[in-house]
Amino acid sequence: MCMFGFLPATFASGIPASLPALLALRAEPLAHLRSLDIVVIALYFAMVLWIGFYLKGRSNTGEDFFMAGREMTAWIAGLSFVSANLGSLELMGWAGSAYQYGILAVNWYWIGAIPAMLFLGLMMMPFYYVCKTHSVPGYLDLRYGGEARSVAAVAFAMEMILMSGVNMFAMAVVMKVVLGWDLNFSIIVSSLAVAAYVGLGGLRSAIFNEVMQFVLIWGGALLVPILGLVQAGGWTGLKAKILTNLGSDSYFHIWRDTGSFAANPMGVHWTGIVFGLGFVISFGYWTTDFLVVQRVLAAHNLRAARMAPIIASFFKMAVPFIVILPGLLGLVLLQNPDGSRRVLVGEDVVAACSSGAGGVQDPSGCSAAMAKTTLPADYQQKVLSGAPNAELHTYNQALPLMMVRYMGPGLLGLGITALIAGFMSGMAGNVSAFSTVWTYDIYRPLIHKTGSDSHYVLVGRLSILIGVAISIGAAYLVQQFHGIMDYVQALFSIFVAPLLAVILFGMFWKRATRMAGFLGLFLGIVFSAGLFIWVKFNPAALATVALSPDAKPMAENVFRALWAFLFASIVLILVTLVTKPRPLAELDGLVYGATILPKEEPVPFYKNEWAWATVVFVIFVALNIIFW
Amino acid sequence: MHGSGIPIWFFIGVLLIFYGVMIFGYGVYEWSTAIYPLGVQLTNLHTPVWWGVLLSLLGLLYVIKFRPGRARK
Repeated sequence: MCMFGFLPATFASGIPASLPALLALRAEPLAHLRSLDIVVIALYFAMVLWIGFYLKGRSNTGEDFFMAGREMTAWIAGLSFVSANLGSLELMGWAGSAYQYGILAVNWYWIGAIPAMLFLGLMMMPFYYVCKTHSVPGYLDLRYGGEARSVAAVAFAMEMILMSGVNMFAMAVVMKVVLGWDLNFSIIVSSLAVAAYVGLGGLRSAIFNEVMQFVLIWGGALLVPILGLVQAGGWTGLKAKILTNLGSDSYFHIWRDTGSFAANPMGVHWTGIVFGLGFVISFGYWTTDFLVVQRVLAAHNLRAARMAPIIASFFKMAVPFIVILPGLLGLVLLQNPDGSRRVLVGEDVVAACSSGAGGVQDPSGCSAAMAKTTLPADYQQKVLSGAPNAELHTYNQALPLMMVRYMGPGLLGLGITALIAGFMSGMAGNVSAFSTVWTYDIYRPLIHKTGSDSHYVLVGRLSILIGVAISIGAAYLVQQFHGIMDYVQALFSIFVAPLLAVILFGMFWKRATRMAGFLGLFLGIVFSAGLFIWVKFNPAALATVALSPDAKPMAENVFRALWAFLFASIVLILVTLVTKPRPLAELDGLVYGATILPKEEPVPFYKNEWAWATVVFVIFVALNIIFW
Repeated sequence: MHGSGIPIWFFIGVLLIFYGVMIFGYGVYEWSTAIYPLGVQLTNLHTPVWWGVLLSLLGLLYVIKFRPGRARK
């Protein structure tokens, strides 16, 4: 899935209004697939479906279907955990973001993920795992009661299924722009494949495929930075070229220029990055979003459940190599057909310059939009006159353009397979999590309490089909009413911060009460949605929400999350102080200080989660110092 | 994973071998005929050849190590 708060501005706020407009462009597809590429892609689909059929016989009980039998090793749970997050829109979005903002974008992979992943593994997994919950709303049910569970379950279910539809549409647009594929073809084929393999094999099938997709993403995308570095003359050569071409070394610093909003192109301040992104959004996503937590709950024992996020954090730290680096390389290596440096632009510019039969439809609008870019004047004239080969490409096309630059037949198929795999792993994550939340947190407690295990498995399978159908419906709805995308993508960011507050207090404060959990979550969501709507209808409010007139939409995401977290925390604390707490004995397995964790067998240091977490943390700190 | 099923790593190994062999085969054809795809850079490095070999070897490693029926420690 795509974390709204984690997405670069280009996708977080760029897709909704302008991506659909790209469909109107006359531009040729970026790439043309050969027979070998088609075979590579077809083989991937065949393998994915075969795995679904193969695992069908092992998904007959609720525990098997929804929790993959709780038998995953730390490696499989960990790779699945990180893969469910590695969607193709994220890959392309962050490559585009690196092209725009430089290495500053890496914060969303490092401080925006690593501390939270380590915290989940070391501090939170024991409680999630020991209470044997099926889901995050299930934990809320055990800790606070049915009211908080119902709010979280409905919000999760809506968010997952609608996000799945939005991503499906966005991916279909990408396939249209990159390959010229028909929108309906992309939507139907990919969603049917996901419905088939998740519906047949349940969470086990989703996890298996996510691990395979993770390997394919690396196998397909790794060549781009390797060959790019060869051509750019290594890291030193890349830095020198960027300095020469762009005259700024801020592309290589992740902290140095964050002392003020105006000093960096992202318009963010280090406080927003550290507290908003590094704490609220990051911890909210990685420790409470059921889409990712479900993968770790499927681990075969507590140690594996704790190790899984730590293993995942190693790979998360490495992902910028295949995402951020291609964006930076694109800055100096991408070329127009005449050999000049290709300058990428935002979706709004491309949309403003959309052309009809007689050239650019709105020359003055196009001219004004291009004037804000660094496009050379002669190239702007070519675009306005509709000259052949004078096409505009967006930031988000940086990764596909780099792929086309280095990958011939076969390899290009592998690269495209990596993008499709990224999309499908995200969608499978959404529908498998939706199925569990719907069945265990909505259908069973609220609609049909006394069904048999096989009945709930059947409901789970049907909910996958229905979930995919709703996703397809949402995709077509977005195609008709583009503005909906804004609201759907905001669901996650509105929901996650209050949920984090409620779960953290529930897990680490014995005193937190049932009513406090419910009100903290509910009012927190209302507050967060209020902030979103305020800025939506009064853009000037951004300066208030993000504490600076120089703030940009990215800053709004992080600061809104921070305020919503604080608001939900205050509500929870105040309500707790005036309501009666639960007896300590009822909190066993749910709260720190009231739980006796199962004793684990001593293991050598190289199998110990604390030892590996220390290694990850040291590398994390070192990377931040190196790229300061 | 645990249990009696085929490990996911085996499936991955099989797929990587297929991909590796196909890409390697195309790379050899490309090298021997010197007909390179238009617009692709650094063709002198013969990337499909060594990347195909790498994928095949990795796949082979997975297939051997995680083949069905192999006793688990």
